[in-house]
Amino acid sequence: MSFEHSPAIEVEDLWYRYDDGPLALAGVNLSVEAGEFLAVVGQNGSGKTTLVKHFNGLLRPARGRVLVLGQDTADQSVGQLARKVGYLFQNPDHQIFAPTVWEEVAFGPRNLGFSEGEVADRTTEALALFELGDQAGTPPAILGYGLRRQVTLAAVWAMRPQILVLDEPTVGLDWRGTCTLMEEVTNLNSQGHTIILVTHDMKLVAEFARKVLVLDEGRILAHGPTRQLFQQEAILRQAFLALPPITALARRMQPYGLRGGSLTLEEFYQEYTALRQLGQGG
Amino acid sequence: MDDIVIVEDLHYAYPPLTPGGEPLPVLKGVDLRVRRGEFLALMGPTGAGKTTLCLTLNGILPHLRGGTLEGRVVVAGMDTRDHGPGQMSRQVGLVFQDPESQLFNMTVEDEVAFGLESLGLSPSEMEERIAWALEVVRLPGLRKRSPLQLSGGQKKRLAIATVLAMRPQVLVLDEPVTGLDPLGRHEVLSVVEELKREEEATVVMVEQDAEAVMAWADRVVIMEGGHLVLEGSPRQVFSQVESLHGWGLAVTQMSELAHLFNRQQGTSFHFITEDEACSALAGELHVQGS
Repeated sequence: MSFEHSPAIEVEDLWYRYDDGPLALAGVNLSVEAGEFLAVVGQNGSGKTTLVKHFNGLLRPARGRVLVLGQDTADQSVGQLARKVGYLFQNPDHQIFAPTVWEEVAFGPRNLGFSEGEVADRTTEALALFELGDQAGTPPAILGYGLRRQVTLAAVWAMRPQILVLDEPTVGLDWRGTCTLMEEVTNLNSQGHTIILVTHDMKLVAEFARKVLVLDEGRILAHGPTRQLFQQEAILRQAFLALPPITALARRMQPYGLRGGSLTLEEFYQEYTALRQLGQGG
Repeated sequence: MDDIVIVEDLHYAYPPLTPGGEPLPVLKGVDLRVRRGEFLALMGPTGAGKTTLCLTLNGILPHLRGGTLEGRVVVAGMDTRDHGPGQMSRQVGLVFQDPESQLFNMTVEDEVAFGLESLGLSPSEMEERIAWALEVVRLPGLRKRSPLQLSGGQKKRLAIATVLAMRPQVLVLDEPVTGLDPLGRHEVLSVVEELKREEEATVVMVEQDAEAVMAWADRVVIMEGGHLVLEGSPRQVFSQVESLHGWGLAVTQMSELAHLFNRQQGTSFHFITEDEACSALAGELHVQGS
């Protein structure tokens, strides 16, 4: 699949303030390339959710503008933007409303105007993927938190949006649910979909995101490739972000010849093994 | 042994969804004891019954939701068959997974005051507790704000403050730090640890993050399909990498690394922390330049 527009999202001098609240965004400029996998990190209240809610029109700029696939969001309704930007809420209950799990998941593709056959195929596939086949006829409201979370994932998944915004998608999921989700998100990304992942989980960031945006009090503190950010200890400290254990271990073992930049277990394992063989050979 | 939480052969089924339907069994024979002052982590895959078990500990189940409960639950000497959640909640502070389900007042400070009003405290003591609880969860500047205006993480911290202010003997925390930033996680967990250490509070915490469990919990219980399937110290439990993965659960990244080495190279590493991994792995390498 290929998409004609690049960048996927452009944010120009974006300011936003909630009623009676403090300034939530203060002059954000950002460009997200089509096909990018961007993690958005920062403390609670740093403006992460406020920023991404501008991408699908749930919030409108107080000042500045936001372009999605080259078009100003000011000229588009939330419904129009939903065709381009899939948004997974932080709290599953903010997007669950249908009487059954099946209807909940079918709603999105049906709303996009697909044939009933296509709607049924996508719904079946999404339910199977998130292991919800047995719950198709169940009212979502009575399911436990983890399962409600999976229903909302399936519902967004069935729409296959060009841009997918995931706001803390792994909260409330167990390890297996997290693995399934990230595998599917990675698949979508490799087909050219743009992924924007809001998270506190630095292990996820290290393993999956190619770029990271660090927000601090409504401003951009850093924006760049993941590996590069993980070397910038002052910025990590300022944003109260901790390195994943494997990166911290690689850093500690620099005196033994490791470069200290491992983002995943596999990277660490390969570098360590190569280094040890080198030592034994020499 | 001073067991403040005693759960014996506990079976619980939610009432049928539709009249005449089948009840929904969730807990299928749970035996659990928690010592006074212990920090117990409860882990398990989605649907294992963790939240249901938490709700039985202060009597919400079966008193408010019906269903059938067999076996018994005794917390701080009170049997939940004889005491409803109104009485139990003075001794058992429960923080729900979804903070919004327990926030309903007009302002942040009213939210914290609400539970305290039933305790008969003097105005100054009440004020002191409200200020302390909000300070602990880093929300002191937001006292007059409506809970609805708070971010997800702030709501979570407020829900925790409402329970902390009651100073219960047993804290039951259902994923209390999920969705919080690293600083918020550390602050909440260090407060919980402080309550445990200084006031002998007992903690039962549902948590999926193995790193947090490793760092904070004294003991871990793994729950699956309505049963307890494994228990031990975090070190014992997280060395069972294949069993935990089989149940769909994570281990610490360092246990994962040990497992990777053992699988690929037939080593028998059992490190669980960064320190241990560093000593175990550095032995095979040479300090550069020496």
